[in-house]
Amino acid sequence: MKLPLEKLKRLLTDWHLQETLKKMRDFWSNLPEQIKRLVIVITILIVVLLIVRSEFIPEDFGEHGHYRASAVEEIVAQPVHFAGQVACADCHDDITIFKRNGFHKNLSCEVCHGPAAAHIEDPEENIPPAPRERGYCPLCHEYIPSRPTGFPQIVSTAHNPMSPCISCHDPHDPEPPETPKDCGACHAEIASTKALSHHIYIPCTYCHETPEEHRLLPHEIKPGKPQNREFCGRCHANDEQDQKGIPQIDLNSHEVRYVCWQCHYPHLPETQ
Amino acid sequence: MENTNNLNTSRRKILKGLLFTFASAILPAVGLSEEKTEKAKAWILGDDYNPYEHYWGMGIDINKCIGCGRCAAACKLENPVPKEPFFFRTWVERYRVYEDESTVIDSPNGAIDGFKPENEPDKKLTRTFFVPKICNQCDNPPCVQVCPVGATFKTPDGVVLVDPEYCIGCRYCIQACPYGARFLHPGTRTAEKCTFCYHRITQDKLPACVEVCPTQARIFGELKKKASPLVRFMRMNKINVLKPSLNTEPKVFYANYDMEVK
Repeated sequence: MKLPLEKLKRLLTDWHLQETLKKMRDFWSNLPEQIKRLVIVITILIVVLLIVRSEFIPEDFGEHGHYRASAVEEIVAQPVHFAGQVACADCHDDITIFKRNGFHKNLSCEVCHGPAAAHIEDPEENIPPAPRERGYCPLCHEYIPSRPTGFPQIVSTAHNPMSPCISCHDPHDPEPPETPKDCGACHAEIASTKALSHHIYIPCTYCHETPEEHRLLPHEIKPGKPQNREFCGRCHANDEQDQKGIPQIDLNSHEVRYVCWQCHYPHLPETQ
Repeated sequence: MENTNNLNTSRRKILKGLLFTFASAILPAVGLSEEKTEKAKAWILGDDYNPYEHYWGMGIDINKCIGCGRCAAACKLENPVPKEPFFFRTWVERYRVYEDESTVIDSPNGAIDGFKPENEPDKKLTRTFFVPKICNQCDNPPCVQVCPVGATFKTPDGVVLVDPEYCIGCRYCIQACPYGARFLHPGTRTAEKCTFCYHRITQDKLPACVEVCPTQARIFGELKKKASPLVRFMRMNKINVLKPSLNTEPKVFYANYDMEVK
């Protein structure tokens, strides 16, 4: 204890130090009064600011960027509700295998059955619901013009309005219960467009040569399409006999560079 | 002789001392900075997830979206989003472009209840399609720039998050977002937005909206790894982002994007 004190005394008596201290004292006493007060006020403000800052800014702020690192950990700790497709397959491998080859093969189970993380925690207690009412399937399969072409759609008011979907279709392998009789069963969008056009009474098969197998294997065996201008010319060329009301053109002069369906939509030829 | 000897030793001592002083002054600093970068490269969240090793993005194929709204519904089941309408982390818009070049955009309840085949006005439709919307998780996020307190930030894996404990509810970020992806949570009075289901992706799960999308219109994955479904998606499609002129550098990429999409 004595040693540092003595050292301090020696230091204080040191000539240089005394000189500097004296200079500092002189500087302070020569300062105008208002500056002195300002200095005191500013010093207090800075000290208060530093204390408040250390009090309010969390310790882990700025560890990984301009944010609280523990906030990320709090967000990560949020509970999971959707268990994911892999988790379902762990137990329900029978349905997973059954579903694998059907049109719904890419559907996650939880699309229809809802979030199932609670079901995995306690399979007996939390049984996920299965939508059986008619209102659920049209969420995807009701005919809406905005839906992409080729997506299977129905007009639910016209499509067996009284029976629930699952009485004919197995949602895990949703094939049509019987081979569709008319094209509109699958091609609802085209059928409804054609119904508005002058081509309404032309059957689809007049233009599209459709093998019988297309009904069973719609993706593998596809119907044909007209290949040339002469096909449309069978009705619309002016050298054909006059057919009442059918617009006719000269095949040799009318936009010879193009085939008809580059400008006219055959299912609704009124539009350009 | 003695004198020179003394001088030599003292010089040696001084040099040695100098060397040690410098070394002792510099080495800890070097060590510390190394430790710091090491620490910055590793940050284990949850079980075994290092955000410095990932970089997430999303792809959306407009041609595949059927507008069923399962994504918006799943988002509200997965995350603490208020159930009433007008609060969405993700939603689906229906675009209808008419012959007179007018465009109608609607999203009834964010498409959670699906869309109804509405009676079209007398005008003829030229194009119509669905567009799923979500926070674009911008690489250059305006919402982060305007936050006065550092409550919203970009994580090392590129996801923009909100710290609800730190948010003061000033709504600057809601104003700043050019995509309308943020809202004020009516309960907590703090800003809310899509997190790419951060609690799920850190557990090797897909975001809820991607998990339930029945047509795989949404693709989620790594942006900077070769074996990623998202990288494949971006290679196979022509890609656009929303409002590219704003230089926000979104990480949600749209395929088959129409010029009417805003």
